[in-house]
Amino acid sequence: MSPAIRCREITKFFWVKNSGNGIKKRLLPLSGKKKMLTAVNALDLEVPKGEIFGIVGPNGSGKSTLVRLISTLLLPDIGQIEVFGHDVVKQRLRVRRMINRVSVDAAFFKKLSCWENLSYAARLYGVPVREAREKAVEILERFGFHGDRINQPMENLSRGMQQMVAIARAYFTAPILLLLDEPTTGLDPKSKRQVQEFVLQVRENHDSTVLITTHDMDEADRICDRVAIIDRGRFVALDTPENLKSQVRGERKEVSLEDVFMELTGRDWENEE
Amino acid sequence: MSQATAEMKSLYAFVERNFNLVKRYLGWEIVFMVYNIVNALTIGFIGVTQGKETVLYLVVGAMIWGFLSILFHEVSESVSWERWEGTIEYTFMAPVHRFTHLAGMCLYAIIYGIIRTIVLLGAVVIFFSLSLENANFLAALVILVVSSFSFIGLGLIAAVLPLMSPEKGSQATHIFQALLLLISGVYYETSILPSWIRPLSVVSPATYTLRSMRAALLEGRPLAEMLGTLLFLLATGFLLIPLGVFIFHQAEIYAKKSGKLKRSG
Ligand SMILES: Nc1ncnc2c1ncn2[C@@H]1O[C@H](COP(=O)(O)OP(=O)(O)O)[C@@H](O)[C@H]1O
Ligand SMILES: [Mg+2]
Repeated sequence: MSPAIRCREITKFFWVKNSGNGIKKRLLPLSGKKKMLTAVNALDLEVPKGEIFGIVGPNGSGKSTLVRLISTLLLPDIGQIEVFGHDVVKQRLRVRRMINRVSVDAAFFKKLSCWENLSYAARLYGVPVREAREKAVEILERFGFHGDRINQPMENLSRGMQQMVAIARAYFTAPILLLLDEPTTGLDPKSKRQVQEFVLQVRENHDSTVLITTHDMDEADRICDRVAIIDRGRFVALDTPENLKSQVRGERKEVSLEDVFMELTGRDWENEE
Repeated sequence: MSQATAEMKSLYAFVERNFNLVKRYLGWEIVFMVYNIVNALTIGFIGVTQGKETVLYLVVGAMIWGFLSILFHEVSESVSWERWEGTIEYTFMAPVHRFTHLAGMCLYAIIYGIIRTIVLLGAVVIFFSLSLENANFLAALVILVVSSFSFIGLGLIAAVLPLMSPEKGSQATHIFQALLLLISGVYYETSILPSWIRPLSVVSPATYTLRSMRAALLEGRPLAEMLGTLLFLLATGFLLIPLGVFIFHQAEIYAKKSGKLKRSG
């Protein structure tokens, strides 16, 4: 059977304005020209069905770019990506029916109510509207979300709650591959926990596959079967959290994934960008 | 569920979503509506001293321009709007044909434009106690429908600009719209335009819409007399819509190659 995700030598460039600092700009008039930035650099990846696969890395390391490439929102410059054996470029509609993505910024119509946003999603994904409502309410109540808040405008909800709604929205379309791009960044510890529990449950009950990116090494450690550490568009390590830690353990008793990152890249985790 | 009904349902997703937005931004809707009505009235009053004919001439211009610019604006700004809301990626990764997406936006624009125009018509009729005994309403309706296609085509082509350039695309569509207003003879005959700009009026579909609309409403001309113009408008629509869809598709590929769809997050 085809794996949930298969990436072969996937590479993505962007042309970005060369910001340059003041002096450099004055000395080199051409430094205002565009330069090429390699956001994702020849990545190979295979995620089997049913896995919770984590990608951790500092800001700007290419996590979101990789997720967008898988979710048909960006076209790769080199390489090929398949989702359950379907090419994301040539068979994008097939792929779109199998996936859903939650991004770090909850993508909602701010003035529309929670339910109006959800019913838009239900219609787009062909989920019967009544069924969608039942499912959404059930999920949201599990998150401690009072049922009648569903008719409130999104802008009245806290960020944590918006993120819960985003997850509910992704989930009721029953994707077999769920792409979560930093779903817990900026959430309070309690909401963070809830999201993590939910991800574990989704896998349990619906044998879907989950790709989750995160800035939080402990989170990856806690919920992921395997973790890839990404730095400047390349994987510097890919294994189970346990194996990654034992790689660098040495004399120490306690090691974290942060230690792994520092050991492998020679750089400090938190000081990135 | 068959493929066709599935696509029809997702088409409705866009119509429903946009009417929900109208509801939630009701304050602004009222502002635009009032502005629209006042604008048409002030233009109508310019003609009062010159008789009912002139008033009608001007008011028809204001109404038709209102309708066509709603069509153009709703379609061409749909990309900028979703970019502003932050939903553009969500909409673009939905399992819906792009054609269905665009058709949904156009269908909404037509329904919304008709509603706004009817409200405007009501206000105008009350203020100027216009008599439309001579008018050929059937012809007017046919002209409106036929012209819609070409304006939607133009809107689709213009919608590409915000897709390709998040920074400047939307400005460009506004300038384009303003230019159409200048050259299409909305409040005057195109023959009074300076000769160097006059040729442009020939290529604007709105020129033909306005001309035949006035013939139908002011002079009560029968449809048969306008057949040539109607066919021309229809042909323009049937050329511009597929062209618009095609260009939109190319622009989407460009945006996904260059990372213009969205960057942050
Ligand atoms: N659409 C885009 N246009 C230009 N540069 C981009 C775009 N998206 C990402 N980048 C750049 O690519 C690099 C990786 O970004 P991203 O994938 O968002 O990282 P992460 O999600 O790990 O923080 C960054 O340097 C970022 O500035
Ligand atoms: Mg990111």
